[in-house]
Amino acid sequence: MTTMTSTGSLPDAPESEPPTLRKEEPKPSKRPSSGSRRRPRAVDQERLKTLVGGRKAVLCVDAVSVSFDGFRALNDLTLVLDAGELRCLIGPNGAGKTTLMDVITGKTAPDEGSVFLVGHGRDLVGLGEHEIARLGICRKFQRPTVFLGHTVFENLELAMAGNRSVWHALFGRITAAESAAIDAALETIALTEQRHRRAGELSHGQKQWLEIGMLLVQNPRVLLVDEPVAGMTHAETERTAELLVSLAGERTVVVVEHDMDFVRKIAKKVTVLHEGSVLAEGSLDEVQADPKVVEVYLGAPHADG
Amino acid sequence: MRLKEILGRMHSRRGWAVFGGAALVFLVLLPLSNSLMTPGSALHLPDHLVSLLGKFCCFAITAVALDLIWGFAGILSLGHGVFFALGGYAMGMYLMLGIRGQGVYRSNLPDFMVFLDWKELPWFWHGFDNFFFALLAALWVPGLLAYAFGYFAFRSRIRGVYFSIITQALTYALMLLFFRNDTGLGGNNGLTDFKQIYGYPLRLPSTQLALYAISAGVLLTTYVLCRYIVTAKVGRVLRAVRDEENRVMFCGYDPRAYKLFVWTFSAVLCGLAGALYVPQVGIINPSELQPSNSIEMAIWTAVGGRGTLVGAALGAFIVNGTKSWFTGALPEAWLYVLGAMFILVTLFLPQGVIGLGTRLMAQAKSRRAGAT
Repeated sequence: MTTMTSTGSLPDAPESEPPTLRKEEPKPSKRPSSGSRRRPRAVDQERLKTLVGGRKAVLCVDAVSVSFDGFRALNDLTLVLDAGELRCLIGPNGAGKTTLMDVITGKTAPDEGSVFLVGHGRDLVGLGEHEIARLGICRKFQRPTVFLGHTVFENLELAMAGNRSVWHALFGRITAAESAAIDAALETIALTEQRHRRAGELSHGQKQWLEIGMLLVQNPRVLLVDEPVAGMTHAETERTAELLVSLAGERTVVVVEHDMDFVRKIAKKVTVLHEGSVLAEGSLDEVQADPKVVEVYLGAPHADG
Repeated sequence: MRLKEILGRMHSRRGWAVFGGAALVFLVLLPLSNSLMTPGSALHLPDHLVSLLGKFCCFAITAVALDLIWGFAGILSLGHGVFFALGGYAMGMYLMLGIRGQGVYRSNLPDFMVFLDWKELPWFWHGFDNFFFALLAALWVPGLLAYAFGYFAFRSRIRGVYFSIITQALTYALMLLFFRNDTGLGGNNGLTDFKQIYGYPLRLPSTQLALYAISAGVLLTTYVLCRYIVTAKVGRVLRAVRDEENRVMFCGYDPRAYKLFVWTFSAVLCGLAGALYVPQVGIINPSELQPSNSIEMAIWTAVGGRGTLVGAALGAFIVNGTKSWFTGALPEAWLYVLGAMFILVTLFLPQGVIGLGTRLMAQAKSRRAGAT
C-alpha cells in the first residue's frame, strides 16, 4: 500500500487557488420506507451463473430499474464487477451514476431488479443501509462526510469494522489489534499528527483522506467512491489516484468521476452510463472511440452534415 | 485496571473530587445534621426547604435524562412529562391503596372509586398494594411506552422538529385520557390524600428527609450512569448520529437501535423521578401532563447548558428555585420570567449557565497567566 508523505507542495501544485467545492445537487432518493421495503429474496443461483459467466465476479447488478415521478433514472441496468478491479463509471449528468450507487448501498429501493453480492445468499435489495455496509460494501460521498465534532482518531474508531451492537458500544473496549489498525490507517492517510484534532479543523483535502481512511478500516470488499477529487488541488489529486490504484487488487473499487484526466490516470476499465443503462464498456480508449459514446457526449451529428 | 480506566475516562481527578464533595454535603452532611440537630438551630434546614430540595432533585433527574437524548443524540423530546407522570401515577396508585380505610368514606377502595359508585378495583390496580410492584411499574410502564413510541417514530425516520411535535401530541393525548373518570385514575383530581409509604407516615419530617436523601442519591446515580453512557463508545455513536446520521448508517451502525436504547433509558429515568416526586408533593393529577410542563423541562436543560449533564441538573435547580420564589412573591409574573429566561439564554448563553461558567474560568486563567 502506498504511504502518503506529509502535505508538501509539488512544483505544479497551484497553491494560490483554493479548492472549489462543486455543490452537490439534491438528488431525489426513494426512501425504502418500512412499509414498501421488499423482503430480501434468495439469490437465483442459475441467473447469477449466467450473469457472471466464467469471470471472478464480486457484485452483480441485475436488470435494475428506478423511476422518480415518471423519470427513469435507471433503466434495466445490468453490471458485473470483477473481484479486485478498479472500475470507473462515467456518463453525462443524469445518466444514473449516483442513483446506481444509491441502489447498491440500499439508500434507494429499485422498482425492479436485484443486486447480488457473491458469497452472500440473499439479494441485497431490501436490506437496510447499515446491513449492506456490514457486508463490506462501503461508500464515499462526493462531499466529504466525516464526523466534524469527533477527533480524527474517533472518526476512525467509529468506522472500524467489528461489532456494531449497542451492547458492545456500552461495555466493549478497543482492542490492541484495532488500535494498531487505526494507527496504520492514520499513517496511510498522513494524519498521524492530527489524530487528536477535531475533524472539523482539517483542510478539505485532509477531510477527503480521513473519509478514505474510514473506509480502509471498515475493511470493505467493494468500495464505491463518488467524485473523489472534486475540489482537490493538483497534488492532492495525484496522491488520491495513487491511493485508489493501490487499493484495487485486494478490494474492488468503483469510482464515479467527471474529470477525464483523472479517469485516464487510474482506469483500466470504464463503464459509460447513459439514460440509466450501460452504453459502453471497455478501456478508456475503446469507449472514447465508440461512436455511440461520442454521440452522447458531443450531441448527434446533423443528418445533412 | 478496568474500573480505574472507566473512572478516568468519565472525569478528571478534580472532577471526581467536586462530585465527591457534592455527594458528601447533600447525601451525608445535610441529612445527618437535620436528623441530629433540633429544628430552629442554624444547622437544621427548615423542613419545607428539605422537601423542596427533594422535589428539585426529581426535576434534576428529569433534566439530566432529557439532556442525555437532546444534548447527545439530538432528539428533542417535548413529551418527557408523559414518562414523569406515568412513574408518578404508578407510585400514586400504591400510595392510594395504602390509605386503606382511612379515607373519607372509610372504604377499602380509594375514595374516588366510592364516589363513582364502583364496587371493586379495576383490573390494572391489582398488585399496586405492593411497594416493589409499584416501583417496578414506575420503571417499565414509561419504558415500554417509550420503546413502542420510539420504535415506530425512529423506524419511520421521524426526526428533528417533527419528532418534537409528535411528543407534544403524545402528552396532550395522554392528558385528555387521564382527565376522564372512566380511565380509572381519579380523573380531574388525580390521586391524593396519601397517608403512608412503606409503613412510614408521609407527614413526618423524618420520612420527608429520607425521601429527599433517596432522591439526591438517585440523582447522583443517574448522573454517573449517564456520564458513563456518554463517555463510552455509545456516546460517540450517538453524537455521530446527531451530526451525520447517514454516515453512521454507511459505517454499518443501525442508528435506530442506538436512539431507541437511549430514548427508552431516558424515559425509565423520568419514570423513576416521577415515582420519587409524588410522595413528596402528595398529589399526582393530569396537570402534570400539560404540554407546557414538558416544554418547561426542556427549558431547565437549555438554561443549565445542553450536552453537559451537570448543566441540566443545575438548570433544573436554578429555574425551579426562581419559580418557587416568584410563585410566592409575584405569581402573575412567573410565566413572563420563564419566557425571558429562555430567550436570554438562547440569545446570549448558547451553552447555558455552564457555558458561561467555563468561559469566565478560562478568562480568569488567561488573565492570571498574563499577570505572571
